[in-house]
Amino acid sequence: MAVTTPTIDIAEKQPPRRAGLLRRRPFFTLALLVTLGFLLCAVFAPWIAPYDPTFQDIEWMMTPPGAQHWLGTDSYGQDILSRIIFGARYAISIGVFSVTIGAVGGLVIGMAAGLTGGIVEWLLMRLIDSILALPSLILAVAFIAILGQGVDKVILAVGIAMIGPFSRTVRADVLQVRVQLFVEAAGLMGIPRLRIIWRHILPNVIYPLAVQVTIRISEAILVSSALSFLGIGVTPPPPDWGLMIAEGRGFVSFAAWMSGMPGAALALLLIALSIVGDGIREEFDPKLKSGA
Amino acid sequence: MFLLACRKVFQTIFVLLIVSVASFSLLKLAPGDPVEIMLGNEYSAEAHASLVAELGLDRPLAEQYLTWLGHFVTGDWGTSFIARADIFTYAVVEALPVTLTLAASALGLAIVVGVPLGVLSAVRKDTVWDAGAAVFALTGTAFPSFFLGILLIWIFGAKLGLFPVMGFVPPWEDFWGGVYHMILPAFTLSTYFMAMIVRLTRATLVEVLEQPYIAAARARGEPGWRVIWIHGLRNVAMPLVTILGLQLGALLQGAVLTETVFSLPGTGQMITSAVLGREYGVVQAGVMMTATLFVVVNLIVDLAYPFLDPRLKPT
Repeated sequence: MAVTTPTIDIAEKQPPRRAGLLRRRPFFTLALLVTLGFLLCAVFAPWIAPYDPTFQDIEWMMTPPGAQHWLGTDSYGQDILSRIIFGARYAISIGVFSVTIGAVGGLVIGMAAGLTGGIVEWLLMRLIDSILALPSLILAVAFIAILGQGVDKVILAVGIAMIGPFSRTVRADVLQVRVQLFVEAAGLMGIPRLRIIWRHILPNVIYPLAVQVTIRISEAILVSSALSFLGIGVTPPPPDWGLMIAEGRGFVSFAAWMSGMPGAALALLLIALSIVGDGIREEFDPKLKSGA
Repeated sequence: MFLLACRKVFQTIFVLLIVSVASFSLLKLAPGDPVEIMLGNEYSAEAHASLVAELGLDRPLAEQYLTWLGHFVTGDWGTSFIARADIFTYAVVEALPVTLTLAASALGLAIVVGVPLGVLSAVRKDTVWDAGAAVFALTGTAFPSFFLGILLIWIFGAKLGLFPVMGFVPPWEDFWGGVYHMILPAFTLSTYFMAMIVRLTRATLVEVLEQPYIAAARARGEPGWRVIWIHGLRNVAMPLVTILGLQLGALLQGAVLTETVFSLPGTGQMITSAVLGREYGVVQAGVMMTATLFVVVNLIVDLAYPFLDPRLKPT
């Protein structure tokens, strides 16, 4: 009964809301443009970057930002702008791939926990609790200790560390959907259980999960760059932002641009992503819309 | 009530058991033979075999796990073979107090600054103050803390020369020296939580201020500050404690990074250098310690609810 009223409500409000999304939320639009800018940098890096990101030019070592090198060079004489542009590739692809691993793992564990019930659910929930008992960075560090360093290892470690939060939200959604009338009706109509899960429960879980994914990409990027910053993530020479910030740390008193420029790029991307994520959640999360 | 508490305690113990199995497997899954790492490059087959027997590595896995767990619970965490020190002393007596000092000062700072900012932005809703607080809340939660730390070192350490940029002075030995060394790291770590507290305080208070009992208090002629700080802010305590309990993990995670930036000899430094030096025993101890801390604090928060909110007390 309670379901019908809000649906009509939303249906009436929907068209004008969607149409003006970009105009209504100027910050969201700006953040989206920044994110797209980074994405373009990542995709077209070889054509945009003025120099080879790993070309070392001792003559131009630690040059301050200027006409030749817009954002200066680092202690090996590598062009920082080019490294930042190529670094966007690492940041974004590590973020996207690890979130995908986390979301898929979370979907499987969360669905299993939400659908089984009883002792299996209890055990799975305690498993999730124990993943959540460790901060994602520390968990990723532990996995790095086992797996070793490198881009692929970082993706795997961060991805596994993100399974915990994803499974928890998926399970909560499954529990809500499972008791809905349409699921019960489908069961009474004699539709096989697997088909109910596939056609009726999964679609209702995937949608909020997709919203979660956009929000958590920034977290994945933050954790992976933190790993590189600690010196246990991506190993040099790839132009990873966290690595660049760590390299410049020792020269901060007289060559602040070395960690300042990649740090600013990272901060800008993370802030933009979090504004985009917040906007997407507020606009598309069914829970926020009907609830409150 | 008592039963519920027992169930929560049981759940917590079970979670810790899973974490302990995972930490134990960490040592087993880690690449390299621990005996070879301990013996160095040159060793005889007998030395190898005798050390294997001494460490109990030839026994069944389950037995090894139980022995290890027994040792862990009794505080016998083994010896760090690179630092040549007892791991328990290294982790709990030396590193943990540094991390806890950092975390506590950051949390204190976040509450002391964050709550008033949140109140300000709720009371002056839709003004410049509110907008400013919103911008701070947004950038504060998204800004990478390790980069913020480097920026602060650059501005306050290198340019202005106001604060020391590295090292730890125990405040229980030299209080003001400790505070002086802790200002930049604590601020670095606190921004995330400050921003979150601003958001939370504002959101809760805006809702509370619309309640009838606030209007009633105003109608009674109570002064404005009393209405907000006594009647209004009381309602912020509950969500604040919940969030802080849940965010303890983020606090520890931030502490790891902050310690690295400011070269503080805490748990974070301990774990990172252990990973780099392939000292899996230390990594294991760090992981167990962090998880135990997090789970136990959350248990305490859970059990403390009825005392914080009289509405949750059983009748």
